Amino acid sequence: MKRRDSLKAITLSSLGFAGMNPQIAAAESITPPDVKPLKVPGGRQKFEAERDAKLNADKFFTPHELKTVTILGDIIIPADAKSGSASQAGTPAFIEFMMKDQPQWQTPIRGGLRWLDNVCMKRFDKKFADCLKAQQIEIIDEIAYPAKAKPEMSQGVAFFNSMRGLVATGFFTSKMGIADLGYVGNTPNQWEGVPADVLKQYNLSYEE
Amino acid sequence: MDVPQIKKAAKVYDVVIVGSGAGGGMAAYQLSKAGATVALLEAGGYFDPADPKYINQLKWPYESPRRGAGTTRAFGDFDAAWGGWEIEGEPYSAVKGTEFHWFRSRMLGGRTNHWGRISLRMGPDDFKRRSLTGIGEDWPIGYEDLSPYYDKVDDLIGVFGSKEGLRDAPDGRFLPPPKMRLHEIMIKKAGKSIGVPVIPSRLSILTKPIHDRGGCFYCSQCGRACQAYADFSSSSVLCIPAVKTGRVTLINGAMCREVLTDSKTGLANGVSYVDVPTMTEQSVMGKVVVLAASTCETARLLLNSKSARFSNGLANSSGVVGKYLNDSTGASRGAFIPALMDRKRYNEDGVGGAHVYSPWWLDNKKLDFPRGYHIEYGGGMGMPMYGFGFGMEGRNSLVPGRDGKPKEAGGYGASLKDDFRRFYGANIGMAGRGEPVPLESNYCEIDPNTVDKYGIPTLRFNYKWADAEIRQAKHMQDTFEEIIHAMGGIPLGKKPGPETNYGLEAPGKIIHEIGTARMGNDPKNSVLNKYSQAHDVKNLFIVDAAAFPSQGDKNVTWTILANSWRTSDYIIDQVKQKNI
Ligand SMILES: Cc1cc2nc3c(=O)[nH]c(=O)nc-3n(C[C@H](O)[C@H](O)[C@H](O)COP(=O)(O)OP(=O)(O)OC[C@H]3O[C@@H](n4cnc5c(N)ncnc54)[C@H](O)[C@@H]3O)c2cc1C
Ligand code: SF4
Repeated sequence: MKRRDSLKAITLSSLGFAGMNPQIAAAESITPPDVKPLKVPGGRQKFEAERDAKLNADKFFTPHELKTVTILGDIIIPADAKSGSASQAGTPAFIEFMMKDQPQWQTPIRGGLRWLDNVCMKRFDKKFADCLKAQQIEIIDEIAYPAKAKPEMSQGVAFFNSMRGLVATGFFTSKMGIADLGYVGNTPNQWEGVPADVLKQYNLSYEE
Repeated sequence: MDVPQIKKAAKVYDVVIVGSGAGGGMAAYQLSKAGATVALLEAGGYFDPADPKYINQLKWPYESPRRGAGTTRAFGDFDAAWGGWEIEGEPYSAVKGTEFHWFRSRMLGGRTNHWGRISLRMGPDDFKRRSLTGIGEDWPIGYEDLSPYYDKVDDLIGVFGSKEGLRDAPDGRFLPPPKMRLHEIMIKKAGKSIGVPVIPSRLSILTKPIHDRGGCFYCSQCGRACQAYADFSSSSVLCIPAVKTGRVTLINGAMCREVLTDSKTGLANGVSYVDVPTMTEQSVMGKVVVLAASTCETARLLLNSKSARFSNGLANSSGVVGKYLNDSTGASRGAFIPALMDRKRYNEDGVGGAHVYSPWWLDNKKLDFPRGYHIEYGGGMGMPMYGFGFGMEGRNSLVPGRDGKPKEAGGYGASLKDDFRRFYGANIGMAGRGEPVPLESNYCEIDPNTVDKYGIPTLRFNYKWADAEIRQAKHMQDTFEEIIHAMGGIPLGKKPGPETNYGLEAPGKIIHEIGTARMGNDPKNSVLNKYSQAHDVKNLFIVDAAAFPSQGDKNVTWTILANSWRTSDYIIDQVKQKNI
């Protein structure tokens, strides 16, 4: 609520009845003690800024979980000739934030990480993060392809689908990922239509 | 909390307007320009799309910790709406077995700060549904009454489009439309091959600057509100200029409780409201009261304004207030267009919305549902946001890999990373928006058991789609697949069938709700006369879509603006003639 703006609007006018109301004046002068005023960034509502500050102060993943998320992220999106990896683009921190921002993620992701560790313990006697690269890939190959995965791996498939989505969003909405993808908008410009060479490539034109 | 006290203010305004969205903003603008003193009451806070305090335009996804996800804003973290389907402390309910979703924005300009800017006129037949089809209701006015106002709205606010000469989709006074994007040319070509017209959109976006406002710079982000004022928001284009006349007292944070009436004359003489920041009870007096709190909220205000004289709620001797609530129908489908894979990159943001749409093209007399729909389209190489990349396992086996070999769905690693690049910009979406038949049995009423945090009794909805709307949605789905196939595309997901009412969205979801205080010639079955003046209370007017007996398949806002202007002219005329 932008109280100051509404007051300004009122006092600018011929009448200031609300501004003169002693109840309003009293309520406005009350500021609770020892609360550091939060700076509300542009474009945010106050409750959003407060909520974000609280989420940023909280931690969800344990160090082990975060390590596993980081390894998974870099398996899903590794560095290649064009750009860096998921972790180089800050994706684990984004996934951590989403767990707190949308708590419905917490059980499937935390539980999925446990599922993964449990499968690895049974097979290799080690948690996923402690497995050899080849062992990690052996398990990933069994959950990364929904159509050919074995029925007993179905929970792993669902978990990996979620991770694939979170990692892809995290990477391709980062500065690095946007550059990789080649999105060149979000800047003032003149739209003159589809470039001529592209029209030609598709054998299309603006004239019917 | 202090015990609430009602304090009566001394000043009597010429007009008190409740709500600053499309309807209220236009009335405040017209009435203040005509010389009236106006108190403009807005439940939400102040908002100016050009003030850095409020700007989200041109931000990058990584400037949002949730990368634009809609956690606290239904249409994404950068969307301009303050509010949404649920507002803390302001509940509503629905009778069991029925459903209605109510989108509210609490801010100067209301929902026009982030609306889709689709600015359609209703056609001549849209006003005459009962005479033409035997069901539904006629308006007490016709296209000829509103068309001069549509013209004026076009000139004042600005809308682009193309002259097509279609009876059902009348042309306006258009600015030049932007050229089609690549997928839009493909849609047009496909439409032509199966007889579905695809024409330039009609959006209130300035492809040429007018009236001191900036021109569009093609960022595609109208939903974030435009700092150049190049799209229509009631805040930037109507309310702020109205306040500049010096005759408008804008009171933000004023949540109206009731319309006040004089017990002797039965005339409206002001409104009471809760001053939100201080939670104190206030009132403001006026000679004329204009309601524009949006369709359902306006009905709520009337129904809550009970007195000895108006025991049924204000202006409700007919018992019609709250009834005939109706929202557009909506259904949608997505598709993957293999021809658009591996696209050359260039900036195709364009304006904030599709550059083309399909106006209704068939004759309902030959179909098994009584009303038409239009189709809106999406697609292109847009800004990647939260959600990007989800569901790749449903797509990347649909076409061979770069090496020409079949690909296993899902995957990981360098080859998956490459798929995201290859599939970028190769999806399209389409959404039907249809005309519903207004029914008395679809209504909102005061919930006997619930109040909001202000102590104001809340709304309870009763709304069910009828078979006519479900059959219309089925037709939409069939059409979508036809278009997709004509483009050589692959429809995504399973085709919605009877188990989901063919993907028909729940009532309220399309956010074109109208009808709760409809106008008509007969005071027994309507609330307002043809000038949106209450039959029962001659100095009470309603300038939002509560007044509309029907909506065509034309997103309602342009008609709200035209009708609010017309009503404002009538108020000025009636004051001059000393009738009110
Ligand atoms: C995402 C989205 C996209 C849309 N796209 C389109 C489109 O493309 N084309 C189209 O035609 N329409 C579209 N609409 C619908 C359009 O926004 C509405 O039709 C239009 O804003 C309605 O105007 P209004 O004046 O009736 O109400 P609103 O714009 O809702 O304004 C009502 C105002 O009244 C205030 N208010 C409410 N209750 C009270 C109270 N008790 N006291 C004081 N103030 C109160 C509210 O805070 C609000 O500011 C869209 C809506 C949304 C949400
Ligand atoms: S697309 Fe144009 S009108 Fe819309 S926000 Fe961007 S610059 Fe403004």
